[in-house]
Amino acid sequence: MFVHKMWDDYELSKMVDGGVPFPMLSDAGGRVGKIYGVYDEDAGVETRGRFIIDPDGVVQGYEVLTPSVGRNVNETFRQVQAFQLVRESKGTQATPSGWKPGKAVLTPGPELVGNVWKEWKTKMAFD
Amino acid sequence: MAEELKPGCARPTGGPVGEMPTESTTVTETEKKEIAKMIQVGKKAPDFTAPGYQKGKFVNIKLSEYLGKWVLLCFYPGDFTFV
Repeated sequence: MFVHKMWDDYELSKMVDGGVPFPMLSDAGGRVGKIYGVYDEDAGVETRGRFIIDPDGVVQGYEVLTPSVGRNVNETFRQVQAFQLVRESKGTQATPSGWKPGKAVLTPGPELVGNVWKEWKTKMAFD
Repeated sequence: MAEELKPGCARPTGGPVGEMPTESTTVTETEKKEIAKMIQVGKKAPDFTAPGYQKGKFVNIKLSEYLGKWVLLCFYPGDFTFV
């Protein structure tokens, strides 16, 4: 916790104006990490776990990486935007592979079965 | 929302809130698997409290206080590493 302050004061505030706005938590002994399945008992560290939790407290997605590889923040944003769109549509819409804001969504239903190929092309999987 | 902490010399700790797996000092492989299996998409995120630092203050954070908002919960190996 004290180290979070040092990190924010001396390094992070050089990357983000005003420092990190969100809470930086401390998990001594990995008690929280253990229940989330991201604590590496042997190394005594948390791995790079990332959980998207919706307003009902439900886990919508997660990703866990070993410590040496950093995350893709754009992909995390994309997923949050997709989950928000689905939630706002009350589950009537779905975001196919490669979806990002502005791209077509799908409306699952009997008419869509066997017809996804008409609405979604392979190239849409890519940026 | 978050309760402010008085900084002291003792290291504050948080932990799970509500029902939790029985703690044991020796964690077997099977238990590790059970713990890892607890997180499932479409299921509730386990509630917890944890001490933290936010904008110049030491605070105590409880996940369930964020109900009604989208939450991005990120774990990382240590300060002064990357995201």
